[in-house]
Amino acid sequence: MNVHEFQAKSLFAQFGVPVPRGKEITSPEAATAWANELNTPVFVVKAQIHAGGRGKAGGVKITKDKTAVAGFAKELIGKTLVTHQTGPKGRQVHRLLMEEGANIAKELYLSILVDRDTGWPTFIASTEGGMEIEEVAAKTPEKIIKEPIDPAVGFQGYNGRNIAFALGLQNIEPTAMNPFIKMLGNLYRLFMEKNCALVEINPLIITKEKTVVALDGKVSFDDNGLFKHEDVQKMRDLNEEEPLEIEATANNLNYVKLDGNIGCMVNGAGLAMATMDVIKLAGSEPANFLDVGGGATKETVAAGFRILLKDPNVKGIFINIFGGIVRCERIAHGVIEAAKEVKINVPLVVRLQGTNAEEGRKLLADSGLKLDVANDLWEAAQKIVKLTGKAA
Amino acid sequence: MSILVDKNTRVVVQGITGKEGSFHATQCKAYGTKVVAGVTPGKAGQEVEGIPVFNTVADAVKKTEADTSLIFVPPPFCADAILEAADAGIKLVICITEGIPVNDMVKVKRALRGRDVRLIGPNCPGVITVDEAKIGIMPGFIHKKGVVGVVSRSGTLTYEAVHQLSTLGLGETTCVGIGGDPVNGTGFVDVLPLFEKDPETQAIVMIGEIGGDAEEKAAEFIKKNVKKPVVSFIAGITAPPGRRMGHAGAIISGGKGTASEKMKTLEAAGVKVVKNPAEIGEAVKRALGR
Repeated sequence: MNVHEFQAKSLFAQFGVPVPRGKEITSPEAATAWANELNTPVFVVKAQIHAGGRGKAGGVKITKDKTAVAGFAKELIGKTLVTHQTGPKGRQVHRLLMEEGANIAKELYLSILVDRDTGWPTFIASTEGGMEIEEVAAKTPEKIIKEPIDPAVGFQGYNGRNIAFALGLQNIEPTAMNPFIKMLGNLYRLFMEKNCALVEINPLIITKEKTVVALDGKVSFDDNGLFKHEDVQKMRDLNEEEPLEIEATANNLNYVKLDGNIGCMVNGAGLAMATMDVIKLAGSEPANFLDVGGGATKETVAAGFRILLKDPNVKGIFINIFGGIVRCERIAHGVIEAAKEVKINVPLVVRLQGTNAEEGRKLLADSGLKLDVANDLWEAAQKIVKLTGKAA
Repeated sequence: MSILVDKNTRVVVQGITGKEGSFHATQCKAYGTKVVAGVTPGKAGQEVEGIPVFNTVADAVKKTEADTSLIFVPPPFCADAILEAADAGIKLVICITEGIPVNDMVKVKRALRGRDVRLIGPNCPGVITVDEAKIGIMPGFIHKKGVVGVVSRSGTLTYEAVHQLSTLGLGETTCVGIGGDPVNGTGFVDVLPLFEKDPETQAIVMIGEIGGDAEEKAAEFIKKNVKKPVVSFIAGITAPPGRRMGHAGAIISGGKGTASEKMKTLEAAGVKVVKNPAEIGEAVKRALGR
């Protein structure tokens, strides 16, 4: 789960990571009121959406004029921002972060995540703050500093010194050294205690006043750890999520919307991905990833149908079930019942394999439903692609 | 011969009185696995299909000489359960549970480092040595005794591959599900040398997916150390970047972990990579010259 910058920064503040004074703003009036209270030489108004590249898309305004902030708020709230991370449709802005400006002396990059190779939380740091870190890693890998933290003992002073000296902080601003190391320890604590998947500060700045400040903040959480944190769960912003994905989650289905036109419903994540891949090999594009899980029932299949059919791009549906513990004849009953409830107006191919597959296929064939039954994965994929026509 | 588990493996099922635990303990036993004990705290003295239940893994080990644990405990309590098994002297811990917080696994993996215990999973279908022991949730009947070792990050996709191998008459030796989580106990590089050494295994099927670099590490290992033919399929060529595809570990992040990159690396290491998952079985057949 991702959260907004203002939420990330409130967590930073809570864990002792310095941030600019700022506040979430949802109206021009509130912007003016906060500007009066903030009383600072420079005001920064930042659109809050779950995507990077906001500055380039016009989502960040900087002014010295206290009276200008209401106008910026009016302009940004309700505006749709298109950035390299939002896709062509963009994201509508519902809230802003308004904060004091900072005097930047040096921009750094800092993040922490679990290195999948070692299984250890690892800091990534670079002197190339404000840049896309992937770009830095590709062009100048020597500028990427990695510091793994032993989870058995947690963050130690030497971890901080390793990072600080590798960044050359002793040359950039020696007085910032200790606050920087202390901040790293606090970030580690935030990362572990709140079950974060990623904490990223880009840029982390050294100010002309020689302080360390998180000028931006991105935090995403491990969905599997959310049950431990009610405060984090409350930060979820449904405006930032695909409506069909919200509906799927509510039905305990794992759904990711894609851009193709063959809807697919599969049991198991790996097989669901493989099914998408087979659709492409057969000459079309998948409309989604949908894993109905190991225990597919009439209810889950019906919910799956409803979600797939709400996507106007879906021109055909491919159900691919490998019956293991779940028996295929029960899935077949589920499909038949669900198809009666939900009006299916596109071609449907059902491929059943595994436990009691033959009975399942016979049930479907005898059901009087308009559908094609297949045994083999490749045969089924070719069938549905042929029935829907090739992707435009 | 086989790897990891066989007809002598003695299994304790942690979380045996739960719905999943009791169902699968029964299924494993019916397959012929020696399921000697179950554990649910506070339910010692009960039985599940004739399997005695104990309060602690330590008790179960003492009374039944269990050497392998199969875990169905819910995610919030799983780290605890894995560590309990390790401390009780269990040598192989197979954790089926999906949804364990990554940070829990970070701590578990660190705690198990350097100890004489292997963790398989979490979020995996388990391990089966055909006709000897089924320690997991896979459907036993699709397997057929044969010559192919299977190692995979996925569940149902593995069944798909196994079904093809069995139908073509090649059959399997042992199938190992290493799981779909970003931090797991056993990787491809841990299982590959076991198959390479196993005299019954003549070919290896390795099923990977997007996310992480386990496949790249495997490619490096195979190039140097594996003489047996390896056939691989990598799921997720159509997966968009930055989106988690079901499994917690199946995500392309920062341009890393794409299926095409993994396929390229594996091919360069001499692995036969199939783009169509329906062709896994045929590719193995060709690789074995049958």
